[in-house]
Amino acid sequence: MLLLLVPFCVWVIAFLILPAVGMLISSFQNEGGQGFTLGQYSKALTHPLYKTAILNSVMLSLVSSVIAIVIAVIGAYSFTTFSSKVRDRMLNISNVMTNFAGIPLAFAFMVLYGTNGMFTLLFKKLGLSFLTFDLYSWTGLGMVYIYFQIPLAILLIYPAMYAIKTEWKEASSLLGANSFQFWFRIGVPVILPGIVGTFSVLFANAMGAYATAYALVLRNFNLLPIQIGGLVSGDVFPRIELGSAMAIILFVILMIAMLINEKMLKLARKGY
Amino acid sequence: MQTQERNRISGGRLWHNIVVILLFAFLLIPLLVTALFSVSTNWENTILPQGLTFKWYEALFSDTRFLYAIGRSFLIAILTVIVSLVIMVPTIFIISLYFPKLEKWLQTIVLLPFALPGVVAAVGLIKLYSAPPVAISGTIWILLGVYFIVLMPFVYQSTRNSLRAINAVELMEAAEVLGAAKLKAFVRVILPNIMPGLIVASLLSFSIIFGEFVLANMLVGGSYEVVQVYLFRILAQDGRAASGTIITFFIIIFILYALVLKIGNWKPKVKPLPDAEEEETA
Repeated sequence: MLLLLVPFCVWVIAFLILPAVGMLISSFQNEGGQGFTLGQYSKALTHPLYKTAILNSVMLSLVSSVIAIVIAVIGAYSFTTFSSKVRDRMLNISNVMTNFAGIPLAFAFMVLYGTNGMFTLLFKKLGLSFLTFDLYSWTGLGMVYIYFQIPLAILLIYPAMYAIKTEWKEASSLLGANSFQFWFRIGVPVILPGIVGTFSVLFANAMGAYATAYALVLRNFNLLPIQIGGLVSGDVFPRIELGSAMAIILFVILMIAMLINEKMLKLARKGY
Repeated sequence: MQTQERNRISGGRLWHNIVVILLFAFLLIPLLVTALFSVSTNWENTILPQGLTFKWYEALFSDTRFLYAIGRSFLIAILTVIVSLVIMVPTIFIISLYFPKLEKWLQTIVLLPFALPGVVAAVGLIKLYSAPPVAISGTIWILLGVYFIVLMPFVYQSTRNSLRAINAVELMEAAEVLGAAKLKAFVRVILPNIMPGLIVASLLSFSIIFGEFVLANMLVGGSYEVVQVYLFRILAQDGRAASGTIITFFIIIFILYALVLKIGNWKPKVKPLPDAEEEETA
């Protein structure tokens, strides 16, 4: 019977373990794939281009995850106030929208907010120019990231939101608490573990996102995944070793984020 | 009734209506505008298009490059889903029933891809498979290989949940007590019972592969042009074809999700009877 496990093991070794080990080894080699060196890592962490890419990615992921979670919490709570039929329909639509990411999403945002985009022209005509933004700026990219993070955040946070019992709110308002006090003292603490867990998924989702920024070709966004892609398969001479080191750094950042998250999760649970 | 209570206390119907409307406006407008773009005659410097037409879709669906791209996406998706079910389901079944000690290992391995963004996975694969002895980079085979890994967490979750839900251990024992060999018991008793779960997993897997870009672009690119890579390549040149492709992609996604919902709802009703029938006719 153990024989039946062989195909699975072979597959995992061939397409997961071996590539990962190979990448780890090559990240410690010099260009040309020889010797042992920490040079690739020091280049990745000190060269302004690559250092900025790492910082940009972390910032973009943090900010877009936080904003998306805030919106998702408010939205998901509003979902729970509708009848179960309407609520299910809203959740289904939101879940389908998790598929709207990457290249299709970048295109849609170009049609809407690009230089001649529908909203860009509309807002200008209405004299609301302050509502327009440059899609090819960090604000623009941030908007796209927030967009594709929101449905995922709703999907993950909804179960926690649903746990907030109406009776609690009733009881607290009978005892004289207002809405803000309820959320500050009871609501948010209850959903905190859910928020923390959701955050780690969103952060990883944004850190690894490649297609969206890649598709906004009018500007080269300096992000970690974009740099990795360029180093490994770009038009320029491929630099697998440096690309490997950058990929390992991305992986390590995700691991650190997960560890911090687990710690916070423990803290969040301990409090209550 | 509970909902009404919720409304009364949760601080205003109006607020929640506004929140939901704004949220869905933000989420749906980009898709709707893309749809509008795909059927507009001319839409350059105006807020709304000047006219509507389906001619772009006619052009798109007579373009062999587009049709081939859709076909390639279907082929790789079907191939990967079949291979991963054929390999994963027996593996999960055997380990969870007969080697529970290995379960933790299996879980760790299948969840690994979650921590591995596509761009990271691509680096190792390019290095390993673009030179002999196994130079499969640029072919459908490397996509099959890595998509199997991408799907692992999803196939594992739904198979494991289905096995737990039907109480596979006791079902197997019962079947064996009644004289069925292990293989026969698995095929006749376990498989039909976990089928709805597997179908749902397959449909979701399908949508994942259809939407995948990074690996397809970095590992094979133009030599096996799937729909997302095709979309990227025509994005700058042909906005109509791009928007038409996006809407086609979304129609496929909608159909997949509708099927998932249908099967998800239909599962409990259908479970007791047909299985009993099948056992009798067998």
